[in-house]
Amino acid sequence: MSQDREERLAAMLAAIPYMKFLGMTAELAGDEMTAILPFAPHLVGNVMIPALHGGVIGAFLEMTALCQLAVREPLRRQPKTIDVTIEYLRPGRAQTTYARADVRKIGRRIANVHVEAWQDHRASPVAALRGHFLLSVPEAEGAKS
Amino acid sequence: MIGARMATNTPQAAALNFRLVSVDPSGAAMAVPWREDLVGDPDTGVMAGGVITTLLDHVCGLSVSCAVIAADGGFMEFGMATLDLRIDYMRSAEPRREVIALARCYKLTRSIAFVRATAYEDDEANPIATVQAAFAFTGPRPSQGAGA
Repeated sequence: MSQDREERLAAMLAAIPYMKFLGMTAELAGDEMTAILPFAPHLVGNVMIPALHGGVIGAFLEMTALCQLAVREPLRRQPKTIDVTIEYLRPGRAQTTYARADVRKIGRRIANVHVEAWQDHRASPVAALRGHFLLSVPEAEGAKS
Repeated sequence: MIGARMATNTPQAAALNFRLVSVDPSGAAMAVPWREDLVGDPDTGVMAGGVITTLLDHVCGLSVSCAVIAADGGFMEFGMATLDLRIDYMRSAEPRREVIALARCYKLTRSIAFVRATAYEDDEANPIATVQAAFAFTGPRPSQGAGA
């Protein structure tokens, strides 16, 4: 249900202190989520350009993946990141950054998610992430193993 | 000196209260203190992976600067850009603990630096996360002159 999705996303945005530290938000259009990172001076990593810190861009991409997983289906607990590969394509300028995540595969325990971030043009991404995330094992199964 | 500057010179590093632990030609280590507002999982109080990503990216860059100074005998005038960063998470960070990241630049070429790094609380042998990263120089290295 779209209302459930909205509620799950809103709950996650409200619950995670680090998303507030980044100043990150997200919007839903049906099942399609766009994460938004408004520019803020404390996100800068290179004052000369100025450019967003590469770690901030990576963090934003990872958080986008976690939000997309929460939107997709109710989760008992937040998934754990297993690994991420972050590719930096262009400097992240001092302006708003957007990201969308694509859940490429979701199994019983592991999800594979691709995320792309852009600023002015979606066709010119600033960075991309591929990652694996460990989903919480259902109670009964967890007790057995 | 360069390490102390890099620890606080960038607004994001200052916002996260990065602290320089050690710096020498073989590598660099920095730490990020645990803070309530950096928590990524409110159920456990564990710091967000993104904070550790940022620390790792930062200390990897610092280790490249150290390696270039050691190899070329001079401070670099150029910049560098992270090409990619692969992070493997072995376990969650412990709640309410400072996290240290130690990076070693193990290979420099004319245009690329290759780095490995580890994040941990007490012991590098008990890692929270390990990293493999590549950086590209945006200008010539000191040893190669302005025209190289």
